[in-house]
Amino acid sequence: MNNNMKLNLKLKIWRQSSAKSVGSFVDYKVSVSPDASFLEMLDEINNELEKNNQDPIVFESDCREGICGTCGLVINGEPHGPLRKVATCQLHMRNFKDGQTIWVEPFRAKAFPVIKDLAVDRSAFDKIIQAGGYISVNTGGVPDANSIPIAKDIASEAFDSAACIGCGACVAACKNSSAMLFVSAKVTQFALLPQGQPERQQRVEAMVAKMDEFGFGSCSNTYACEAECPKGISVRNIARLNHEYLSAKVKSTNVEV
Amino acid sequence: MGILNSKVPAGPIESKWTNHKFNMKLVNPSNKRKYDIIVVGTGLAGASAAATLGELGYKVKAFSFHDSPRRAHSIAAQGGINASKNYQNDGDSTFRLFYDTIKGGDFRSREANVYRLAEVSGNIIDQCVAQGVPFAREYGGLLDNRSFGGAQVSRTFYARGQTGQQLLLGAYSALSRQIGKGAVEMYNRREMLDLVVVDGQARGIVVRNLLTGEIEKYSAHAVVLATGGYANIFYLSTNAMNSNATAIWRAHKKGAYFANPCYTQIHPTCLPLHGDSQSKLTLMSESLRNDGRVWVPKKKDDNRSSNQIPEEERDYYLERKYPSYGNLSPRDISSRSAKEVCDEGRGVNGGEAVYLDFADAIKRLGKKSIEEKYGNLFDMYQNITGENPYEVPMKIYPAPHYVMGGLWVDYNLMSTVPGLFVLGEANFSDHGANRLGASALMQGLADGYFVIPYTIGDYLATNKFSAVSTNHDEFKKSEDGVKEQVKKLLSIKGKMTVDEIHKKLGRLMWNKVGMARNEKGLKEVIGEIKELREEFWKNVNVVGKADDLNQTLERAGRVADYLELGELMATDALKRNESCGGHFREEYQTEEGEAKRDDENYRYVAAWEYENAGKWNLNKEQLEFEFLHLAQRSYK
Ligand SMILES: Cc1cc2nc3c(=O)[nH]c(=O)nc-3n(C[C@H](O)[C@H](O)[C@H](O)COP(=O)(O)OP(=O)(O)OC[C@H]3O[C@@H](n4cnc5c(N)ncnc54)[C@H](O)[C@@H]3O)c2cc1C
Ligand code: SF4
Ligand code: FES
Repeated sequence: MNNNMKLNLKLKIWRQSSAKSVGSFVDYKVSVSPDASFLEMLDEINNELEKNNQDPIVFESDCREGICGTCGLVINGEPHGPLRKVATCQLHMRNFKDGQTIWVEPFRAKAFPVIKDLAVDRSAFDKIIQAGGYISVNTGGVPDANSIPIAKDIASEAFDSAACIGCGACVAACKNSSAMLFVSAKVTQFALLPQGQPERQQRVEAMVAKMDEFGFGSCSNTYACEAECPKGISVRNIARLNHEYLSAKVKSTNVEV
Repeated sequence: MGILNSKVPAGPIESKWTNHKFNMKLVNPSNKRKYDIIVVGTGLAGASAAATLGELGYKVKAFSFHDSPRRAHSIAAQGGINASKNYQNDGDSTFRLFYDTIKGGDFRSREANVYRLAEVSGNIIDQCVAQGVPFAREYGGLLDNRSFGGAQVSRTFYARGQTGQQLLLGAYSALSRQIGKGAVEMYNRREMLDLVVVDGQARGIVVRNLLTGEIEKYSAHAVVLATGGYANIFYLSTNAMNSNATAIWRAHKKGAYFANPCYTQIHPTCLPLHGDSQSKLTLMSESLRNDGRVWVPKKKDDNRSSNQIPEEERDYYLERKYPSYGNLSPRDISSRSAKEVCDEGRGVNGGEAVYLDFADAIKRLGKKSIEEKYGNLFDMYQNITGENPYEVPMKIYPAPHYVMGGLWVDYNLMSTVPGLFVLGEANFSDHGANRLGASALMQGLADGYFVIPYTIGDYLATNKFSAVSTNHDEFKKSEDGVKEQVKKLLSIKGKMTVDEIHKKLGRLMWNKVGMARNEKGLKEVIGEIKELREEFWKNVNVVGKADDLNQTLERAGRVADYLELGELMATDALKRNESCGGHFREEYQTEEGEAKRDDENYRYVAAWEYENAGKWNLNKEQLEFEFLHLAQRSYK
């Protein structure tokens, strides 16, 4: 590890004091260890700002292990930064060059309004899940776990979809701000599993209806979402969602055809 | 000094819970909606509780400081969840899980609670599978298991290295369903800053709306806290950045006793420190010890790289010292052993790390199989350290990870404040002085899905409630207190940042209330914490405003509480003149350097009652072992 070699960087960070105010990029300079994470670099800047009685940059994070989905910054134009399949919190400074300029912005989408600086409101995702992203079982009275055998490859495929961390990078990456990757991952997980069959049709209809209500855009197959997704959720999920939705519509009484 | 009543039902251990369930009073289905229940925290314990209470028909209000219940710290649990299904036919049973947990906890937990935990463990797996949790499976389609530390059977269910995520998403989906139906009202981005007690009953909470800074009041017939653990008191820990003690600490100051605050778990397999700016420590799941072998060089200050150290010059110290459990020895023992070899100067490059080596496993099972089991953990390791663990051994070191201590609760999970229930990591209930791997997820879900729905009904059905609105004087008092503190914090305008003080506290705790403790150090640290607390209240600089999203202010309130809790942890550690589980007092060890308990004098739960700042009274719950024999823990 090259502890004594620090990187000197210029940062252009989006500052916006509230949802209603107009934001702009502000310049910062930092000298940081290549072993530090991107968010630790921001921590250092914030500590300095606080020492100088200035408002620190608001950004959100929690697990810092790429699993809670709280973090999420657009770094040099890319949600979660230049690396593939990692969340912002897993990005380390060794991936940047000495002297480089780094642009840092919030996720941008109509359905994700900025709260302050780099923090955005992603509660629309919760609302989509509340509309139908579950299997309706109450606590208790369920069958023994091994009475529902599931082929290993099916379980594994369902897991791949279930791995979504709800970060919203897919929406931020999409020029239409589509939430299709997020929604399709949940729909696919349950469509693959026997437990998900009874509500298969209502689920996809309800979730898609809610997604549309929030003003997420439509999918035009550019696959930017898959490229930026920290969990490598595949666009094949979207194909399945379309298929599920169409077959639900054909059978449905709820949806106007 | 008082004696506590744990309200453990009479009768043989196998039938206590069944009988108790029958004897408890029920709330008539049509009356349930007349009761308001507040659930603070929506991690595994809180989300499962809120969802289940909503399903039953209670009017539930759930609170979390996160922007969504799906972000709770539970999401980060990697390795797995225990249950005594005995699907592997390897000799597991409710009794064995009960036994392993009591023994793992070094005989410092309450038998009846632990038995109930083991008893309902199987139901948890059933429930999660019904929700669509994609657990790992075998080729025949049935559920797969792996082994965890402190057990000789395979009873850990897992979903790759993301078990906590999948379980939390299961509980979150159940909770979301109730929110969608209107049975649960969800209040995200609210931080509980006080408990409101009226006529001796917990009747509500005061929270800060983290977006607007507004102080809000909510009343109810009962309050459930499921707010997680406080290992972040060490500043560097494996916990999520925002995990904190504030909810339970403020409840403690309102009368809830704090039990065994000094019992902390230092996890043996974490990534070593990389530098000053480090914000947290990353756990490498204990499941890695199924296939990884832990070693250090035999020689002191051996600076050769790992592949240049021949087999005969390596010390696989866990296999050597504990042949029957080997690399799967319990966490406290593994952590202490790592510290020992590093203190001897045999750590990697003389520093603070030991090797976790997969070379043998890769030879035996093939790279593909290792990738399948641990792929995401290996990727994570490489991403953080820049080294490829398929080629060179991982470097690991112990880190603060979990707290067995928490608010004292009786068998019904009720604290010493009537109507205040505490679930999950926030209570002290089931793990004694050391928690076994994969048992926290089990406990959180047992508490939330299968215990609280019964016991809270009994409380509501057997108590009288006066009408209490948020205009009550007690609410006003709490609100004023909270506002006063916010104002105070913002007005100090000193020279030190909140993080700088937190780091200082963390270092004090790690050095003197960490993996090894002694009388001298503990006495010193109590004074040092008091000084640091004074410094905080004189010299902290909290920038920003009260009526705005202000993350510095949020952290300041939490650190203020840690500065009090730290003193209590040290006080408790000093009072406990024995070693047990994660509490290792250097003065009390066997000749072989193992923890030496003193059952005669310390076979009790220490439940501390808050009197005023820096002053507590000790209450004891004597632990009786009716069904298991007290024995020195041996993993040899
Ligand atoms: C990295 C890691 C890996 C782990 N792996 C395993 C494992 O493999 N197996 C295992 O059994 N255990 C594991 N554990 C332990 C386990 O994850 C935790 O003990 C458990 O998830 C705690 O759950 P909980 O519901 O009690 O609390 P949490 O999940 O921490 O939830 C706390 C909730 O309370 C809320 N909250 C807290 N304070 C307030 C407040 N003041 N106001 C409002 N809301 C508040 C939060 O928003 C959150 O919703 C692991 C822990 C870590 C750190
Ligand atoms: S699909 Fe990927 S990018 Fe979208 S929310 Fe899920 S994890 Fe994030
Ligand atoms: S902080 Fe949790 S995913 Fe980045």
